[in-house]
Amino acid sequence: MSLVLDQNEIARSLRRIAHEIIERNRGTENVVLMGIPTRGVTLASRIADFLASIGSPVSVGTLDITMYRDDIALRPPKALVPTELPVEGIQSRDLVLVDDVLFSGRTIRAALDAIGELGRPSTVQLAVLVDRGHRELPIRADYVGKNIPTNFRETVRVQLLEVDGLDAVEVGER
Amino acid sequence: MNRHLLSVEDLTSDDALHILDTAHELSRITDGAIRKLPTLRGRTVVNLFFEDSTRTRLSFEAAAKRLSADVISFSAKGSSVSKGESLKDTAQTLEAMGAELIIIRHGSSGAAARLANSGWVGAHVINAGDGTHEHPTQALLDAYTIRSHFDKRGGNLSGIHVGIVGDILHSRVARSNALLLTKLGASVTVVAPPTLMPIGVESWPVNVSFNFDEVLPQLDAVMMLRIQSERMDESYFPSEREYSRMYGLGSNRMKLLKSGSIIMHPGPMNRGLEIASAAADDDKSVILEQVQNGVLVRMAVLYLTMGGPQLISEGVTP
Repeated sequence: MSLVLDQNEIARSLRRIAHEIIERNRGTENVVLMGIPTRGVTLASRIADFLASIGSPVSVGTLDITMYRDDIALRPPKALVPTELPVEGIQSRDLVLVDDVLFSGRTIRAALDAIGELGRPSTVQLAVLVDRGHRELPIRADYVGKNIPTNFRETVRVQLLEVDGLDAVEVGER
Repeated sequence: MNRHLLSVEDLTSDDALHILDTAHELSRITDGAIRKLPTLRGRTVVNLFFEDSTRTRLSFEAAAKRLSADVISFSAKGSSVSKGESLKDTAQTLEAMGAELIIIRHGSSGAAARLANSGWVGAHVINAGDGTHEHPTQALLDAYTIRSHFDKRGGNLSGIHVGIVGDILHSRVARSNALLLTKLGASVTVVAPPTLMPIGVESWPVNVSFNFDEVLPQLDAVMMLRIQSERMDESYFPSEREYSRMYGLGSNRMKLLKSGSIIMHPGPMNRGLEIASAAADDDKSVILEQVQNGVLVRMAVLYLTMGGPQLISEGVTP
């Protein structure tokens, strides 16, 4: 496995994403974040910390997409995680979805379906720490920490302090 | 999780807790705005009921529909079974129509295991009651209900004392509950007249009592069983009135209940026989919660058995 992002670079990427969110939405008054478990939730709360230190605090939720996946018949069933809406809800908000790696785009498709059941945000935007390419659906991210060109055999491993005990993004052969 | 759910004996306590935790997460999802999940869209579930049932069949149907599965309901009455079709032919016919999961209730003990393990069909099989053997989803929903009341969510049921009272002999609910609840750490006492106590009950992991009044004050949860007149030939007790006086939960016994305890019944109730209206409608009664929880637990079971790679025509329990 070779290191692609270290702790400082991860922090810098997330701070830049926070700035871009403010710029694109002209402030954060209407912005809410929702992280996709497990590491998307951690990243969302870190971005929220940066937003609070630069501008104004935003609220964060979590979005479990397990029951919306299209590969339920292909993989062992996953344990469910609670979905928590941001305190002010998502109706007519600018909702920024946060995930660690953007790959096929199928997770995001499932997330969009899940959001559709919860309400109607005025916009849905996507922030990811890593975009590794190989999309299978017409989905793109609005905020990307780092683009990492990969081939199919490679894996991208994101580790975060709160979950894994260290901050690192690595790429390696499967 | 196994391909089939035939008996609580096949479940480890971790399996059972995983089902209960999944049901709890589903309750949080479906409490809010979401009424329906797309999880099993396009997949077909068959209710194959050879015995009469209202709540179990409807509960499975509601659970499957909330997961967007297509549900075909089959009851033996008025069907080709009354023309003499065998279980094998019926099940194969249903599978040929696209059934991926068969929920079966049958009057013969072992019918669900026969269907799952004989190689007749490749579908998943869930036992919804087979003769006097088992009714695993009922035991799971009862465990879920007990757990939610004693704030043991996430943990097991250790320290909880559950009494199962009534027709233990004919009751698959009693059998499944006794096995599951003790597996989860609860202590269980079965209470019945000697004629309605099964032979070999000593080998169950439970305490046995013939004196309801003595046991009742110790119980955290008291589970009243239905007197199953369809399996009775009237000679198990002298009269309904005597049974009700000795083993029924009437208003006179309500004062013996521990504070904070709950009253359960798998339904349908014979009001005035094993349970009086005063008990069934009391604040301690969680009988309607059991019905609600039944849908959640069955959703969890459907999701966990139908999720994962399909091994069509394997037909053998791992």
